[in-house]
Amino acid sequence: MTVKNELLLDISNIDMVFPTPKGDFTALKGVDLKINKGEFISLIGHSGCGKSTVLNVVAGLYQATSGGVILAGKEVNEPGPERAVVFQNHSLLPWLTTYQNVELAVKQVFAKTKSAAEMKDWIEYNLKLVHMDHAMHKRPDEISGGMKQRVGIARALAMQPEVLLMDEPFGALDALTRAHMQDSLMEIQDELNNTVIMITHDVDEAVLLSDRIVMMTNGPAATIGEILDVNLERPRSRLELAKDTQYNQYRSEVLTFLYEKQRKV
Amino acid sequence: MASLIARLITRKNESVIKAQLPPFIVNFFKAVTLPSIGILIFLLFWTVGANNIDTSLGKFPGPSQVMTQVGNLFNEHVESREKEAAFYERQENRNQARLAKDPMYKPKTRAYTGKETFIDQIITSLITVLSGFVVAAIVAIPLGIAIGLSKSLNTAINPIIQIFKPVSPLAWLPLVTMVVSAVYTSTDPMFAKSFIVSMITVTLCCIWPMVINTSVGVASLNSDWVNVSKVLRLSAFTHIQKIVLPASVPAIFTGMRLSLGIAWMVLIAAEMLAQNPGLGKFVWDEFQNGSSESLSRIMTAVIVIGLIGFLLDRTMMQLQRILSWDKNSEVR
Repeated sequence: MTVKNELLLDISNIDMVFPTPKGDFTALKGVDLKINKGEFISLIGHSGCGKSTVLNVVAGLYQATSGGVILAGKEVNEPGPERAVVFQNHSLLPWLTTYQNVELAVKQVFAKTKSAAEMKDWIEYNLKLVHMDHAMHKRPDEISGGMKQRVGIARALAMQPEVLLMDEPFGALDALTRAHMQDSLMEIQDELNNTVIMITHDVDEAVLLSDRIVMMTNGPAATIGEILDVNLERPRSRLELAKDTQYNQYRSEVLTFLYEKQRKV
Repeated sequence: MASLIARLITRKNESVIKAQLPPFIVNFFKAVTLPSIGILIFLLFWTVGANNIDTSLGKFPGPSQVMTQVGNLFNEHVESREKEAAFYERQENRNQARLAKDPMYKPKTRAYTGKETFIDQIITSLITVLSGFVVAAIVAIPLGIAIGLSKSLNTAINPIIQIFKPVSPLAWLPLVTMVVSAVYTSTDPMFAKSFIVSMITVTLCCIWPMVINTSVGVASLNSDWVNVSKVLRLSAFTHIQKIVLPASVPAIFTGMRLSLGIAWMVLIAAEMLAQNPGLGKFVWDEFQNGSSESLSRIMTAVIVIGLIGFLLDRTMMQLQRILSWDKNSEVR
């Protein structure tokens, strides 16, 4: 494994309080996490524990009540393309073709630095990366759910983000498509070595993809319970890992956390 | 056992019949034959009903009288055009003759002042409804977008919309007439006052459904798309142009179709009430005329009004099909 020790993202002691008519609701309490460049982090926890809130704070869509997020030495206080988000429900614009969806992002980010021809190449390169170059001129309602999510990933990658945020990117897909997408994502990771934060509630997905798994306690006032380092050789193959004792050890550690220590009643 | 065989045979026969009928014939039957049957039954009821209604202007017109009137009205239009051409020719000749006698003579040209024909009235009404509609769209769509985007603006404007929405535009008509007379006082007006009055009336009734539907469409914007826009840091203008507008196109079209339908109904009534040129005036004039042909001419106008309303709606529907990304939305 490559040594990754250049600090990129510092999530520093975040509290998140939402005002409600019945009084304040503390969603997050003291979430503290440092992420190095090129790391693949999974956030795992039961639903409603505030995983998405953490991601939204990093994305800048929410403002933390106290504490803050520092990305490459700069404080985050609004959304921006350097923190591209892959949303759970693909969120492609249905009136644009897959090409145009990626184009919207590329034009916004590279209008000043790339020529029209370079932008076209870059859009096509990213669609090829997610194996969607065959459907560049199709609209979202003409392609399957997995394909839409691929385009969503291409759009995020095309922004060349410093950190890629994925909010349960494969949550809405069936198991086979999901496995296929995970393999694609690992392939892309081998090539680009992005810094990624991914929310998931799939234990296998977390162990297979991550360098570190961040396990969150149940809300309210959720926080980081345990962090598990996953030291498995890359490239990883799901078939070989299925028999790997180390892999199963990691798996059971996460399962123990989720279903014993943080059992949902 | 026998019943089983019988059932098998009938089932076999059914499939044979189905196999023999190519799908386009089945579709043709559904698309053409069924509506034709409906229309035939309607015509039958109409004929029978008409024969049994006696009015002071004679029997209620049936389909055949209406057919005759269609021909009459068309011929009257052709004749009127011939008269008009003849009038201008005479005038031209007269002017030429006087000019030959007296080179200092300044020729006078007077416009033909014949009565508008049925077809002229149709064209007038169509132009009026479409201009009123376009003016309403130009005002209502930006306003709807603004209201949809800003909750405070919505809260501020909503009471006004809710109060004016249920007002029949015909109630505005006297006010509009007086204000136009007072304000629109050009010596060489580009448009006739009557046209402006009718058009504003149409605009007043088109605006509300368009504003409401547009603002609802904009306000119910998918939050994921808003987040995409935020992550991309789209400027306010690009956000509206690339996200808000396309996203609300289906809702905008719903509002436009609704308002065009209402506008066509209201315009005819307004023309009757204000004696402004158009199909409404045609109907009213015929009613006042009270000849033995009046009722059949009015009935013809009724059917033409219906057909035009139907065509306007279909045109909007086709536009919606072409322009809206949401092909799944039920288009009826």
